[in-house]
Order: sequence, then C-alpha cells, then structure tokens
Amino acid sequence: MSTQEDKERLELLQGTLDLLILRTLIFRPQHGQGIARAIRQTSEEELLVEHGALYPALQRLEGRGWISAKWGTSSHNRKARFYSLTTAGRKQLGKETTKWKRLATAIGRILESAGS
Amino acid sequence: MFRRKRSASDFNAEIEAHIRLETERLKEQGLSEENARAAARRAFGNVTQAQEQFYDSGRWLWFDHLSKDLRFAFRTLRKSPGFTFVTVATLAVAIGANAVVFSALNAFLLRPLNVPQSESLYGLQLGGGHHGALSYPTYVDFRDRNRSFDGLAVYQMTRVGLDTGKNPTRAWLYEVSGNYFDVLKLQPHLGRFFHSSDEHGAGSAPYIVLSYAYWHGHFQGDARLLGRRVDVNKRPYTIIGVAPPEFRGTFLLLSPDFFVPMVSFEDQETLNRRAGWWIFETIGHLKQGVTPGQAAAELNAIGDDLQKTYPKEMGKMNVSLARAGLYGDTFGRPIRGFVAALMLLAGLILLAACANLGSLFAARAADRSREIAVRLALGSSRMRILRQLFTEALVISLTGGAVGILGGAMLLRRLMAWNPFPQFPTNVPLHPDANVYILAALLAFVSGILFGAVPVKQVLHTDPYEIVKSGSVTKVGRRITFREALVAVQIAICALLVTSSMVAVRGLMRSLHSDFGFAPREVILADTDLAMAGYPDAAVPPMQKRMIAAIETIPGVTAVGLANCPPLAGCGASRTSIFTDETSDLTPANVAASPMTYQISPEFFVAAGTPLLAGRAFTWHDDKNAPRVAVVNETFARRIFGSQANALGRYYKSWNGTRMQVVGIVKDGKYASLTEEPQPAMFYPLLQSPSSQSFLMVRSESDPRRLAGAIRRGVRDLDAGLPVFIQTWPEAMDFFLFGSRMATASLAVLGALGAILSITGIFGISAYSVSKRLRELGIRMALGAQSKEVLGAALGRAIRLLAFGSAAGLLLGILAGRVLASIVYQATSRDPLVLTGVVLTMALLGLMATWIPAQRALSIDPARLLREE
Repeated sequence: MSTQEDKERLELLQGTLDLLILRTLIFRPQHGQGIARAIRQTSEEELLVEHGALYPALQRLEGRGWISAKWGTSSHNRKARFYSLTTAGRKQLGKETTKWKRLATAIGRILESAGS
Repeated sequence: MFRRKRSASDFNAEIEAHIRLETERLKEQGLSEENARAAARRAFGNVTQAQEQFYDSGRWLWFDHLSKDLRFAFRTLRKSPGFTFVTVATLAVAIGANAVVFSALNAFLLRPLNVPQSESLYGLQLGGGHHGALSYPTYVDFRDRNRSFDGLAVYQMTRVGLDTGKNPTRAWLYEVSGNYFDVLKLQPHLGRFFHSSDEHGAGSAPYIVLSYAYWHGHFQGDARLLGRRVDVNKRPYTIIGVAPPEFRGTFLLLSPDFFVPMVSFEDQETLNRRAGWWIFETIGHLKQGVTPGQAAAELNAIGDDLQKTYPKEMGKMNVSLARAGLYGDTFGRPIRGFVAALMLLAGLILLAACANLGSLFAARAADRSREIAVRLALGSSRMRILRQLFTEALVISLTGGAVGILGGAMLLRRLMAWNPFPQFPTNVPLHPDANVYILAALLAFVSGILFGAVPVKQVLHTDPYEIVKSGSVTKVGRRITFREALVAVQIAICALLVTSSMVAVRGLMRSLHSDFGFAPREVILADTDLAMAGYPDAAVPPMQKRMIAAIETIPGVTAVGLANCPPLAGCGASRTSIFTDETSDLTPANVAASPMTYQISPEFFVAAGTPLLAGRAFTWHDDKNAPRVAVVNETFARRIFGSQANALGRYYKSWNGTRMQVVGIVKDGKYASLTEEPQPAMFYPLLQSPSSQSFLMVRSESDPRRLAGAIRRGVRDLDAGLPVFIQTWPEAMDFFLFGSRMATASLAVLGALGAILSITGIFGISAYSVSKRLRELGIRMALGAQSKEVLGAALGRAIRLLAFGSAAGLLLGILAGRVLASIVYQATSRDPLVLTGVVLTMALLGLMATWIPAQRALSIDPARLLREE
C-alpha cells in the first residue's frame, strides 16, 4: 500500500536528512524505525525517507558526536537501538535550523517575485 | 572520550530490529505477516548497500585492507622468489649506495666539526697563495684587536717523537694557542685544559692534553696518567687532561694524538718573527649578529694597518672566512665537489634501478592481467587493485631499503676503521646518524611509489571483457621503446665500467712487478728523525754512521743504506734547481733542470738495488773536506750533458752556484709517482749535504717482522729515546699505489652496480617479452618449434640489446684506457685477457638475467596454455 503513494511523495533534498533526524530526536530518544515513521507522520506523509538510507546517516551523526545510541526496548517490547540528541547535537540543530530557514525564505522570495 | 568501535554484527542486528518493528507496524494496519515483512523490506531498500556503506565508513577499514594487501603481497612474493630476490637486491644496493654516499656528504658538509655551536665557527682564509697561514705576532694582533669574534685561536700540526718512558713513538700533535679549548667552548673529559693564563712566553706551559682516542689506545684509559711526565722531542711535558671523546681536532683530515700550547713548543725567535706564514689555521666563533663579511672586513682593516706598521715583513692581506673543518676552500672545494658528484651518481643509480624495477613490475602486471581482469569483472575497483600493486612495490622497496641501510652501515664501519695511511690519522666521523636513516627510508618509500607507478596505466586501461575473452593482448612493437633504449645505455655503461676495472686491475698487477729502477722487495725502511730526538746538527752524521754499523751486524742483513728519503716512500722528497757549468747568472730563467734530490750514504745504491751504470758510488771519504761530488741518473746525464758517456767527470752548478762533479751514473727510476715519465735525479753524499731525517734501508732475505724487531733493538741500544717507524718498502709504496687502488676499487664497485642494473634491466625486458608472448610461444611450440627457436623468439630482443650495449661499452672502454693510464701505472686496454674477460663477463650477466624468463619460456606447456587462454 505504501508503494503506490511513494511516487507522489517528495524526495529529500541533499543534506536535509541529517536536520530532520536531529529535529525528530529533540523531544525524546527514538529508534531508527521510529525516526522514519515520525518524519513521515510529521510531514503529513509528504516526505519519503528510504529506511535503508537512514542508517548510514545515523552512523554518520553518531560518528560526529551529535547523537548517541544505546540498545533498549521498544514500546512493543522489542529490542531496538535508541538514539538521543547530545549537547553538541542540540547546538548543531539550532545552527542547521537557522540556516535552513534563511535558505527557505530566500528561495521563497525568489519564487514569489518570479511568480508575480 | 573513547567511543567503542561498533561491530558489523551490531549494525546488522539494528537493521533486523528495524525490519521487525516495521513489519509489526504494518501488521497492525491489517497486513498479513508475509506481506508486512515484504513491504518492510521494500521500504528499507537495499540492505546490502546499507551494510556496505556502514562498512566503508569504518575507520578500521583502511587497516583491514592494508593487512589484507600485505598478506596478499607476501604470499605472491613468496611464490616468485627469483623476482623478489632480484628486486630486493637491486634496491638494497642502490639505496645502500645512496646511504653510504649521503653519510660522507653528511660528515663533510652537514655536520662539519664536533664542537658546540659549530655553525658559527669560521676559519680565516688569507688570499695570495698562503691559504690560512699566519705568523704568530700577526695572530696575536688579530686576536686582540678584532671585535667580531668570541676569541680567535690558532693551531698547527706537527709530527713529533713522544717518549713516555718505555717505547718512544711518533705522534701527531696540534700546537695550539692557550685559548684554543676555551674558544671552542669545550670541557675536558678528564683533568683540565690549559688556558691563556698559563702562557708566559716561549717555553712556558709545558702541558699536554691527550685526545680521547690516544688516551684510550695507548694508555688504556688510565686516569692515573694525569700529572705524568713525558718527553716530546726530548723536552719534558706534563699530562694535565684528556679531551672529550667526540672532539678530534679542528681539521677533518688529520686528527691529533695530543695538544700542547704553541708557546711551549716554539722558540722565542719563531714566536716573535712577524714575517712568515707558518701557523696552519686561525679559527673562532663569530659573535652573535656579525656576518662573515663584516668580520672579514674588520680583519682586513686590521691587516692594512699592520701592513703600514710593518711594511717590510708583511704583504697585503685579503682575508675571507670559510666554515672551519676542511681548511677553507683549499680542501673544502674539491671534497665538496667530489662528494656532490658521488651523490649525483648514486641518485642516478637509484633512478635507473627504479626504471628497471618498473619494467619488471609492468611485466608482472601483464602476467597477472587475467587475474586483474577477473577481479575487475567481479566488481573490484581499479583503485583497490592499484593499491594492491603499490603495497607489493612498497613491501619490496622497504625491505630493500632496510637491507641496503644495514649493509651500508656495515660498510661505513669498515671504512671508518680503515686508515689508508697509517702516518696520517684521519678524522672523518662517517657514522650513519638519524639523517641517514631518514633519507634511506624516504628513498625506499619514494622509489617504491616510483616503480610501483609504472604499471598504473596498464591496469587503468585493462578491459576485463577483452582479456577474459581473448587472453592477454599481444602487441609486440618493432620500434625500440624508451625502456629498451635505457637498458641498452645501462648495459653499455656497465660494459665500459667492467672493461675499465679489468684494465685497471691488470695494470695494478703489472705495476707491482715492474721495474722501478730499484728493487723494493726485501728492503725494510726504518724512519727516524734525529732533530726530532734533539740531536744538534754536528751530532747527526756520527749517529747515522753508528746506526748503519749497528744494523749491519744483524745476521741476514746483506746491505744497509741511508737516505734522507728514499724514492717512492711517501716522505716528500724534494727537487732543487741546478745550472749548467757555463751559467754565471744564477737567475730562475737560467735554471737548467729541477732534478729530484737525494742525500745518501755510500751503500745506498746497493741497499736500494739500483744498478750503477758508470763511474763510482760515494764513500765515507766524500766529506766536507773533499771536492763536492754527485751521482746522477741517465735522464740527468742526457738532459744536461747530451749523453751518458759525456757526463762522467763533468761539472754542473747547484742552486747556490757550488760546482758539482759527476762521479757516477745510475739507472733511471720512478721517484715521485709510478706513472711519471723518466725524470732527472741527483744524489749527494750525506757528509757533504747532511740531513737529520734518516731512512735506514735494510736489505735482507729474512722475515721482515723478525728483522723489524732486531732493527728496533739495534737503534734502542744506541739511543733509547729515538722513535723509529718501521715498514717494508713495498708497504711505503702503497701510498703511491693508493690512487690507482682507489680508482680500481671505485671502478670495480661501480662496475658491480652497473652489472646489477644491467641484470635487472635485461631481466625486466625479457620477462616482459616472455609473458606478453606466452600464447604465441605456446602456438609455436604446438606447431613443432624447437627450444632454440622458442628462445630466439622470446629473448631475441633482449639478447640483441645486450650484444649491442656490450659492444658499445667495450669500444668506449678501450678508448677510456688512455685516460686510465694516467692514474694506473701500465694500464692498457689492448690486452687479450681483458677483452676476453669483458666478453665473458657480459655473457655471464646476460645468462643470469635471462635465466628465469628462459626457463619459463621453455616450460610452456602448449596444451595447457591454449586450454587456459
């Protein structure tokens, strides 16, 4: 069922996945599948995250020390690896968010002026 | 903070957990277990790719690959021991040569003297032909008036007799200014140094500071030696200290046995004389911030001022400064040039070795083109394959480098211990230091990269489909490639070097048995200096007579002669000018000849084995009261009097106008070098022209070592304090053979290097040709070709290269024989033995180089080969 919808969803822009992961982890630790689900739900099913691409990204963020990971138990009583935001990660999220907002505003302005 | 490395299985477990969670979520939405699982997998995408990405991001990956590459490299190298041996040996030799030469460069150029702050230590060079030399009063003026130096010191090398009470020996000393050790900022190893404050005019401060090596070698490092009285040239001295071990004097080419204050050694007259240039070198540390140019300008100003004050004694001075250690540019420039040229040569050898190893590697890569193609087809990246090849190259180059530096260090130790002239103790620390090791490692690494890079293009252009489909692509060009031309040049140079070294060896062998105009074998020379032992001039001739008489009584001695310095004994025989009897104006322009001049005893010619051709030799009656007489050689007679017959009884004038009558004529000989043309020589009787330097020449058939003991005892019975230096005449002649020996040895070493390069060069080309043409050769064999034809096809090109290169080299070698004849006595390249030897050597090299490829070509099994390809 998800396959047909996939085609209409937006592909992620390069570099935005890191931002989305960090943002998802801001309230509480989450495992990989939970992050994928959260991104889809929060974006109101607009954004497509290929689950396979998520893990290298998580690996990268962990490597930079922005998130840390721990094996735990999920709500379904399953074993899963939970990721949580580190202080450095929180700082990075702030930076990235500002950057992204400025970029979005700028692009929005250009598009609006072009449209009028 | 340390993060634990995450394992791949942990990562896989996470992916597994993800898929399970997703499956459960989908099941909650109403999918069947099977569908839910499939959908979860689909949503995840490519699991393997994720795993690979995870793996690639790992930091250990690099080491993982490296250790795999290393293991693989060792495995493949073990499988081809011939290839491994040749490559490692080539690099070991090339890098060893570089390490040895660089050590010399290091010793001579990079760390000149073992003293604190040697970088600011400069020596004075005075223009006008007298190099660094000064008179003592001028030195004192320079020392006291300059403001550029932290003190100026002088030193002067002298050979003396040292009597420590039991066995008088000859030793080298530095007479130095009192401030010498203070200027050099040295601390004694033991006891104390002397200082300026010890100096109180001529004869004061009779103190000795021993060099560490002499203290260790002659006094077994005995600390109780301090305060001991010893005699230097019969004058009493007190040992007060020992210099530090690393200090070996301030002139690299001569390290002294001990140091004494100059004022203690020289008389008042010498110290006060302003004219003259007898002090060897003046050295000092420049003050901080003073440039050598400023210091030289200041010294020149002082010099000009001195010249105004003492216009009669002093000429114009033109001082410049040079780094201390090699006596300014006099020795420094040729040594630096020589070492730099050697370094260039060693570098070229290494480059040539890299080129050859590069073609060997290309052959190997071609051999493995199938393996490489299969690996590429299976998805290996080209980078990965190149990395593997580079790892192999680096394993070889680093092993070669390690073997090379070890061999080089051993060779250097031998060179250090080797003292070609026992009379002149040299002072060149050739120890390989950190610089040398770093350089060797660097060279090994760079050469590994260099020759490893040769097959890169080949690998990058490998087309797996083509190779798997049709086997290695055979394209044998007819054109001579750059690589082949390079090898041909190497072979030619190798043949040239082999020819030259054989010519040199033959010449050397002949020169040991040639006619010198005297018969050095079975003659022992006992060298003493009576002035050194404190004999006044009048006492010298009687003592010489007594010595001759004493030695003559030794059983087995057939003749005893005495000369100031026998020919070819390395003692610096002199020439003096003469005039014809008709010349009245004794100016330099009218000089008739400058013959070699010898002062000899009556028995000299008998002891030397020089045939008397006409007239008579001297007797003891040719003394001060008798008419002045001379014996001359054939060339002298011919040149001055027109003919031998004409010369006997005729007169000529000595340098000061004294008329000399020729009473005898002797056979021509070699006097100053083995390669010289016949030159005039004249002999004067000792009693008419005395000399305190006395070489006893003892002819005897008995064992030289036993005889040496007897001679020493005989001299000691006459004077226990007289130092004697005993060696056989042929041993003394080694000094003259040194040049030709060195030339021969260098040619042989270079020839060996050239041979190794040629072998690898030919090996590389023939191995490449065989592996490129395996299929063709297999077909030929299948069609019935004989081994000879197969070999011809496989190795023809390599062998033609060898023949062509050898012929060219041999030709050049024959031409170069003339040049060689000026260094090595009787060297000639028109020698059938040499020509045969060169041809045989080159053939042997060719055989060695083509052995492995030939074996390979012959062992081709056409059936198997055609099946495989």
